[in-house]
Amino acid sequence: MTDMQTAEMADNNSPSTESTLSEISAGDGPPKMTTRNVNVFYGEKQAIKDVSIDVNMDNVTAFIGPSGCGKSTFLRCLNRMNDTIPIAKVTGDITLEGEDIYAPQMDVVQLRARVGMVFQKPNPFPKSIYDNIAYGPKIHGLATGKEELDQIVENSLQRAGLWGEVKDRLQDSGTALSGGQQQRLCIARAIAVDPEVILMDEPCSALDPIATAKIEELIHEIRGKYAIVIVTHNMQQAARVSQRTAFFHLGTLVEYGVTSDIFTNPVQDKTRDYITGRYG
Amino acid sequence: MPNTGTEHTVKAFDTDINELRGMVAEIGGRSEQAIARSMEALKNHDLDLAAQVVEDDKLIDELEQKIDDLTFQTIALRAPMADDLRELIATFKISGVVERIGDYAKNIAKRVPLITGGKKLGPISLLPSMSRIASELVRDSLEAFARRDAELALEVSERDQVVDDFYTSIFRAVITHMIENPKDIGEAAHLLFIAKNLERIGDHATNVAEMVYFAARGEPMPERDRGENPTDLLEQPSGDEAS
Repeated sequence: MTDMQTAEMADNNSPSTESTLSEISAGDGPPKMTTRNVNVFYGEKQAIKDVSIDVNMDNVTAFIGPSGCGKSTFLRCLNRMNDTIPIAKVTGDITLEGEDIYAPQMDVVQLRARVGMVFQKPNPFPKSIYDNIAYGPKIHGLATGKEELDQIVENSLQRAGLWGEVKDRLQDSGTALSGGQQQRLCIARAIAVDPEVILMDEPCSALDPIATAKIEELIHEIRGKYAIVIVTHNMQQAARVSQRTAFFHLGTLVEYGVTSDIFTNPVQDKTRDYITGRYG
Repeated sequence: MPNTGTEHTVKAFDTDINELRGMVAEIGGRSEQAIARSMEALKNHDLDLAAQVVEDDKLIDELEQKIDDLTFQTIALRAPMADDLRELIATFKISGVVERIGDYAKNIAKRVPLITGGKKLGPISLLPSMSRIASELVRDSLEAFARRDAELALEVSERDQVVDDFYTSIFRAVITHMIENPKDIGEAAHLLFIAKNLERIGDHATNVAEMVYFAARGEPMPERDRGENPTDLLEQPSGDEAS
């Protein structure tokens, strides 16, 4: 935690600033990813201000905050998706297993296989269900033959809870599935390349409650196998699926802590106002 | 943050919360009144007033039900978080405790016809002061709720010791009176139960204070130091005599 961040939190009328400051860590176990003093600029505009946070395998980490608070921007730093935006500039340190992901020698394609991403709108390739899953392992050379590839496809679909629904129509188009199935297909696709971290950017906002519940159950099932970071507008969802919650506001990290504490007794007034619906 | 005040973006949520706060204030006021009137009835041996206290307890019971219904509904519909959630949980519990306070007052009123000895029962003279303090604890615990005042809640909890001390004194005085006047034992026993009811009212006010503290701070009230009560050894384990 930098002095700058400390000062900022102290300014927030916190009755107990220390308890927030101690919560930079992700909890038990070594952090899978660490971020220190991350700043993101879009041209002149600073979208993320000095954010430091750790995520680990044991906990699902949720990022919450109002629109424009920077939570998606920050999420996209974790697998260098912001590289695709020419005016975006990222400073600070972000590591995956201790490796600087912004180091010149870092292979971004490999990085994005290790840190997979699921988007708000399901975006299956306009290919068969099978090919949607098989594509990643193929280009990353993860399978040596057809049999191994079949196994990866089956395992990934199993893990994503989709196997039973699609096993008899693997050659159908991925886009022919329902929205919820498409999203699970995208999660299976991310899983197929055996990532270490899965980033989810509002993965349920286009889904109905039943499809949402299935995704949430899936997150619960795969927790511990991958470090999971989820951005969500749905605070109940953050409360349901995560063990750690980070609240962002105007590009700063206001509070990061144990989810049950954040939703019952947040330290910062801003967090309280947001989660209780007083923000406005 | 544009709005760090207490208003919610969804105004109907505030309406529900305000309605609940109003009802908690009302049930508190009615319970306080029941204590005062039951003691007034005792002092003047006013059987009509005593009967009225018993009758009016139904209103307290109804109010408790209304509070519980609206709290339940608000939790279900608004999915409250943080201090809102804590307040609603506290409201739910406080309504039950305050209803119980009403029951103790009703129980005192029910004993009024059975105590005919009046002032010749010496220890009775201590009861008005004890009831005044117990009543103040009820009032202040609910005031603390209305103001989200954890400090006042803490103070209420500490002041409960005064009520406990009163009970200890009355207990001794009643036992002495019983020994000296065996024919008064029946009435004196009722007197003792009344003192016990007041002592329990103080405890319940402390319970309210503890919930207020939790609602305000998000953590349990720190344990207070309690002086050893010599009557503890003689009492049944927290027996509730009220009906």
